[in-house]
Amino acid sequence: MDIFLQQLVNGLVLGSIYALVALGYTMVYGILELINFAHGEVTMIGAMVALSVIGVLMGAAPDLPGVMVVLAGILVAIPACMALAFGIEKIAYRPLRKAPRLAPLITAIGVSIILQNLAMLIWGRQYVSFPPLLPTIRFEFLGAHISLLQIAIVVLAVTIMAGLWLLVEKSRLGRAMRATAQSKEVAQLMGVNVDRVISATFIIGAAIAAIAGVMVSAYYGLAHYYMGFMLGLKAFSAAVLGGIGNIAGAMLGGLLLGVIEALGAGYIGDITGGFLGSHYQDVFAFFVLILVLVFRPSGLLGERVANRA
Amino acid sequence: MSVLLSVDQVTKRFGGLAALEDVSLTVEAGEIYGLIGPNGAGKTTLFNCMTGLYTVTSGAVRLAGAEVQALKPHQIVKRGFARTFQNIRLFANMSALENVMVGRHPRTHATVLGAVLRCRKTRAEEAGIREHAHELLRYVGLGGKSRGLASHLSYGDQRRLEIARALATEPKLLALDEPVAGMNPNERQQMGELFRKLREGGVTLLLIEHDVKLVMGLCDRVAVLDYGRKIAEGPAEEVRRDPAVIAAYLGGEA
Repeated sequence: MDIFLQQLVNGLVLGSIYALVALGYTMVYGILELINFAHGEVTMIGAMVALSVIGVLMGAAPDLPGVMVVLAGILVAIPACMALAFGIEKIAYRPLRKAPRLAPLITAIGVSIILQNLAMLIWGRQYVSFPPLLPTIRFEFLGAHISLLQIAIVVLAVTIMAGLWLLVEKSRLGRAMRATAQSKEVAQLMGVNVDRVISATFIIGAAIAAIAGVMVSAYYGLAHYYMGFMLGLKAFSAAVLGGIGNIAGAMLGGLLLGVIEALGAGYIGDITGGFLGSHYQDVFAFFVLILVLVFRPSGLLGERVANRA
Repeated sequence: MSVLLSVDQVTKRFGGLAALEDVSLTVEAGEIYGLIGPNGAGKTTLFNCMTGLYTVTSGAVRLAGAEVQALKPHQIVKRGFARTFQNIRLFANMSALENVMVGRHPRTHATVLGAVLRCRKTRAEEAGIREHAHELLRYVGLGGKSRGLASHLSYGDQRRLEIARALATEPKLLALDEPVAGMNPNERQQMGELFRKLREGGVTLLLIEHDVKLVMGLCDRVAVLDYGRKIAEGPAEEVRRDPAVIAAYLGGEA
């Protein structure tokens, strides 16, 4: 029971990060039917930029409280990622708007590789560690340990998701996004500047990704130029699990995937009699992805493909 | 009367096929102008050229004197030219009200920042959008049906909703692509009344229609397209007796 509760907590924390990244995949897919494989790298760049800022600030103002330093890192990482995503869409995807769908997909993989290598050149191949700036307060709850950082991650993630939900459902931009997702042609003829809506979608996804990137690196205590790859794939799996293109689906899929992964990692040793260890945890995300693609390709909350026309 | 829309020698080719050949027409402010012609004559193509969905191969489209053929659709809408679609194209996953609210887009300004911070100006604007959309729904006769999904409305109501959505953009010129197609005579008559009401409200109407009786009863002037060319233009009564028009409809030699 201890393990179960502990892994459930860990899974929810990890899952809320997956959910944030998955939102970026699903929003872009909803509007362009493009799987933006560079999104994982945008998350990585967010973490890296924040860590650089944190490093500089720790040298320049050692008296600053740790939380403030991390916050400053996030506040720089967000606009950096927004600018990056704006540029990616404009340079790599917009010229291919009318090309067959395979072309932008391959371009997305290309952008992802370019960003990885750029990050490697700038930040190096080694792991960058997240300095111990945040308070390490832990609570005990029914035998499970919960850290303040974990609580902060979940609370912040839920707040962001609620904010995004309001934005999409209740604002002028959100309506324009939903209209564009249903038909770019008709949305234009109702006066919606579709190019601007698409840019906004990328930018909002990137801002959320930047925060998620800092969360991941703070949670694991390190960042790496390659971290966006696995994180991106898992978030993509989460988006597919929830039903790609569906915002609530991405949230649900992220949380579910985090929990499945954590519980899987926690019990795989017992189940296989010690033959497989918890380092197989990455397997679960893709196992789930395969199951979803085989049995429910539209995802948990997705519409059936036939209804999309 | 002043000229609101002028189409000047517009040609549209798809590869080797000329869908429109040298078409010119003028719509004056305040009139109901009909565009008729057999299937495949190029009526919808002309609509698409005028509203910026297609780029014209040659020629010019002027709205209140200014050339618009190089503008993007959303810019043309902003200048006061809205349209509906032959095959209804509502945002099916949105409520009727939200469909109309989307139409308010070009007349409102809220930014992302305003929406995130939920500042007073943004909330006031949002309330205004909602109120205006309710009014328009009542205006077209959908007052009690604002909450249901657009796709759950009856066929005739969907056509009305398309008109309300287009009206939300505050058009000077409203182009309606076969707005009474598939309606029964009773509904057609109601729609005709709505069009007259719109004209009295100051909106100029450009109407593609197959129902010759409706067109003749409603339109001040009519143009006839056939095989991408304009074969007649003038007051409805005159056009009806034009031998070229009769030939085009009956399929004989002109």
